[in-house]
Amino acid sequence: MKLPHLKFGRRLSISDQIYNFFATMTGLTIFNWEFIKQAFLPPYEIGEVKKHMDELGVKTFGIVSITGFIIGLVLAMQSQPVMQRFGAGDFLPGMVALTVVRELGPVITALIFAGRVSSGIGAELGSMRVTEQIDAMEVSAVNPFKYLVVTRVLATTLILPVLTIYVIIIAILGGYLAIVISEPMSWQYYLSSVLNSVEFGDFIPGVAKTFVFGYIVGLVGAYKGYTTEGGTEGVGRASTTSVVLSSLLILIFDTVLVKITLWLWPTLG
Amino acid sequence: MVMADTRIVEVKNLTKRFEEHVVLDNVSLVVERAENLVVFGRSGQGKSVLLKCIIGLMAPDHGDIFIKGTNVLKLSIAKLNEIRKNIGFLFQGSALYDSMTVRENLTFPLKRHFPEMPQKEIDDKVKHTLELVSLEDAIDKMPSELSGGMKKRIGLARSIIPEPELMLYDEPTTGLDPITTKEISELILNLQKKLNMTSIAVTHDLMCAEIIADRAIFLKDAKVAYEGNIKELTDSKDPFLKNFFGHELIKA
Ligand SMILES: Nc1ncnc2c1ncn2[C@@H]1O[C@H](COP(=O)(O)OP(=O)(O)OP(=O)(O)O)[C@@H](O)[C@H]1O
Ligand SMILES: [Mg+2]
Repeated sequence: MKLPHLKFGRRLSISDQIYNFFATMTGLTIFNWEFIKQAFLPPYEIGEVKKHMDELGVKTFGIVSITGFIIGLVLAMQSQPVMQRFGAGDFLPGMVALTVVRELGPVITALIFAGRVSSGIGAELGSMRVTEQIDAMEVSAVNPFKYLVVTRVLATTLILPVLTIYVIIIAILGGYLAIVISEPMSWQYYLSSVLNSVEFGDFIPGVAKTFVFGYIVGLVGAYKGYTTEGGTEGVGRASTTSVVLSSLLILIFDTVLVKITLWLWPTLG
Repeated sequence: MVMADTRIVEVKNLTKRFEEHVVLDNVSLVVERAENLVVFGRSGQGKSVLLKCIIGLMAPDHGDIFIKGTNVLKLSIAKLNEIRKNIGFLFQGSALYDSMTVRENLTFPLKRHFPEMPQKEIDDKVKHTLELVSLEDAIDKMPSELSGGMKKRIGLARSIIPEPELMLYDEPTTGLDPITTKEISELILNLQKKLNMTSIAVTHDLMCAEIIADRAIFLKDAKVAYEGNIKELTDSKDPFLKNFFGHELIKA
């Protein structure tokens, strides 16, 4: 695997930055192919994947819980007067649920996850690179790409959908809280109107795209970390650029995936 | 190939450059079985690069490297890993895995190279190797809890634990106090005596070199500038060597 080197320095000219952008995209594409090639070859290092999933779950549980709750709460608070003004107050629970399931839940969870996890992977692998720990693994007959990169990318890909489902549930609870603060509504009524309005066809594309987002977070963080150059300063750079790049890619892929879903299932629109 | 069984390492016409900067220029050397070769050279003269080329972490631009008669530059990664089983590498910066305890650092190469080794044997080896570097107490510590010199010794323990035939030491005693330096140098010598270990040791440390070296080379301006035993180098009339090994201040 031969990856392009980026230019770095205190002041990069516009042309250097454009070069860096294309070099990063090329590098990421090559890295992506390497992942696909290596992920299916033994040894599988299942133990490492599980370990990383555990760690990721613990690391992000708190922040996604709070975020999920606030999404539901704010969404319902904001929409309540508007929907009532249009005489559509009865649709409020369904509207909250649909928005959370189809768009807000997956995307906001992914962005929070990117901020927390992509930077972490970038910094961790980056410091392993600059302190020669990755070389040390190679000397011990370990394929560091498999052991460090493949395991982490698999872990982020598999854990983000789980977190997203959890966030969706918490957000729907948050929505209920916002509603009962201002008008009486029974939990049974709320829940049944949520379940009546959300169809399976809403749920699947929303959660399915989080596999892609999880993959992006893992791959970008690992790519930035694994290719770190330039000592501790490089580690910092790997960590921050991971967040920026993975968030950007999440938004781009979200647009593309929404378009594809609407094209495949026009009834959802 | 006739001489292959006594020549553990043979480097032929090795050239390595980073862009325009030539770090090693046509370097050749031979290390015989159970010989300790010391590599001297000022900072930035390509000593670490030389060791990394030998173990296959860096690809040279030109030249060949034979380990026990096999050209390692032409091997697949699986075959190269077979050969690496018999090579230990001490990194200049120790390169301890900082997410693992000392124990896990030491068991890592064992488990990877010898997946069938029973746990009991692994535990015994870890304990024994830590005793060799006098750090039995550090077994459950994290690398971040160790001092620089302790890290160096744990790094050494990790690289010798599989009892490799060939050891590549990148500055094994840098940053250690004089007593520990002597102990570590004697340990290296003992490994050679007891296990018939061959080694290449990069060092700036004359005390260490005097204890371990059978022969020494001096890298300068990307070439092997001098070669001989320690006494020949230290007693040399060459102004550069006198300056390198002497205690006198450099005169303006
Ligand atoms: N990955 C790399 N990319 C570019 N240049 C490098 C790289 N590694 C080493 N060099 C250059 O190669 C030269 C030799 O480096 P090397 O690390 O081998 O020096 P050294 O002899 O081990 O020095 P020291 O005694 O300080 O450890 C240095 O000038 C260094 O800048
Ligand atoms: Mg060096």
